[in-house]
Amino acid sequence: MLLKGARLTIYVGLSSMALAVFLGLIGALCKLSGSRIIRFLAGCYTTVVRGIPELVLILLVYYGVPTLIQDICALLGYELYISLNPFISGVATIGFIYGAFSTEVFRGAYMAVPKGQIEAARACGMPSVLTFRRITLPQMMRFALPGLGNVWMVLIKATALISVIQLPELMRNADIAARTTHKPFTFFFVASLIYLGITIGSNILQQWAENRANRGVRRA
Amino acid sequence: MAAELILDSMPRLLQGTWTTIQLTGLSVVIGFCLAIPLSVMRVSTLRSVWMPVYAFIFYFRGTPLLVQIFLIYYGSGQFQGFLSDIGLWSLFQSAWFCAVLSLTLNTAAYSAEIFRGGIQGVPFGEVEAARACGMSGALLYRRIILPKALRIAWPAYTNEVIFLLQASSLVSIITVMDITGVARVIAARSFAFYEIFITAAVFYLVLVYGVLFVFRRIEHRISAHLKVSP
Repeated sequence: MLLKGARLTIYVGLSSMALAVFLGLIGALCKLSGSRIIRFLAGCYTTVVRGIPELVLILLVYYGVPTLIQDICALLGYELYISLNPFISGVATIGFIYGAFSTEVFRGAYMAVPKGQIEAARACGMPSVLTFRRITLPQMMRFALPGLGNVWMVLIKATALISVIQLPELMRNADIAARTTHKPFTFFFVASLIYLGITIGSNILQQWAENRANRGVRRA
Repeated sequence: MAAELILDSMPRLLQGTWTTIQLTGLSVVIGFCLAIPLSVMRVSTLRSVWMPVYAFIFYFRGTPLLVQIFLIYYGSGQFQGFLSDIGLWSLFQSAWFCAVLSLTLNTAAYSAEIFRGGIQGVPFGEVEAARACGMSGALLYRRIILPKALRIAWPAYTNEVIFLLQASSLVSIITVMDITGVARVIAARSFAFYEIFITAAVFYLVLVYGVLFVFRRIEHRISAHLKVSP
């Protein structure tokens, strides 16, 4: 049961990480955009989301969004009842929050790519989209890896919060097991060891990915 | 209607804010006092000294805070006999105590790692110079290494305090009435979910900016010779 929960935890983690990377790339491009309005909106997104606790946002999305939609529909004269799937709202919220964190990571990585490279690509006649895809993005990824690794570590621990909205992931299952067996310490401790295992595993993967990404770099 | 409800719940939310401030403040202060000796032990060359500290830091940084809170609050029930024998059971029964304990241990582990980075960032020349002046051991740490390390680590420590402030919202799950706890109760009674949670989010934003302001001021003060503007 705990292992089943752990599998769901990893699914939630991976899908929200994918969303976070996607949002982060868009956010970083917006922050670096020439338009002042877009920059301002992206700035609002990162500061506001990073300033609010995850738990409040999760509760806000899970309970707040359906009622908000219902209220709007009621104003328009429709009568309907919506409730969000805990998996989807959990992934959406966690992805949304850590999208803000990865925006900053990608922004830093983008700025770390030497300008000369982009100029050289332009000189070779590449249009801007092609330059981004072929030159900037691959190099950015290399600079972004350590930061993304950190985001992932925090994210996987934040998925424990989704247990609050009753998604049967690792934490929730440990809670149920603890209640039925009256051995809370044992189950929560085992759960914590599983989280520790996930962390150690991702650490090793991250090291491997960084080594692979940096295989073209000469070091003194 | 929404504005009325928010105005009505203001006193309770402010009370919750005070609880959040107390919880975070207490944990930051105790956690800081724990983190300094821990980080000094962490850089020790003696295996028997740094290994246990490393294990402590590793565990608390590698597991979610929610698990730690549950482990202390619910998990302590499994040791009821032992805890009441040594007279600590009444403490572990209080959600407030368990909240402070878990937040403190958590922040101590994270900040010990931050201060370790600071200690290792102290230029070796300064340590050498202090040694040449005849300082050793505790005096060296007190006068040279720790002040310098604190200056290096301060921006990262500011982040940690902000994270702790946000993480303190988790204690609402074990029935402590902080901002989130109050918001959940009001929301459950009035069904005004988004109004109340957005209000709570604004409260947190204000607190975060307050902490940032205070910590920038301290940074400015302790790095006055570097002329960092606040």
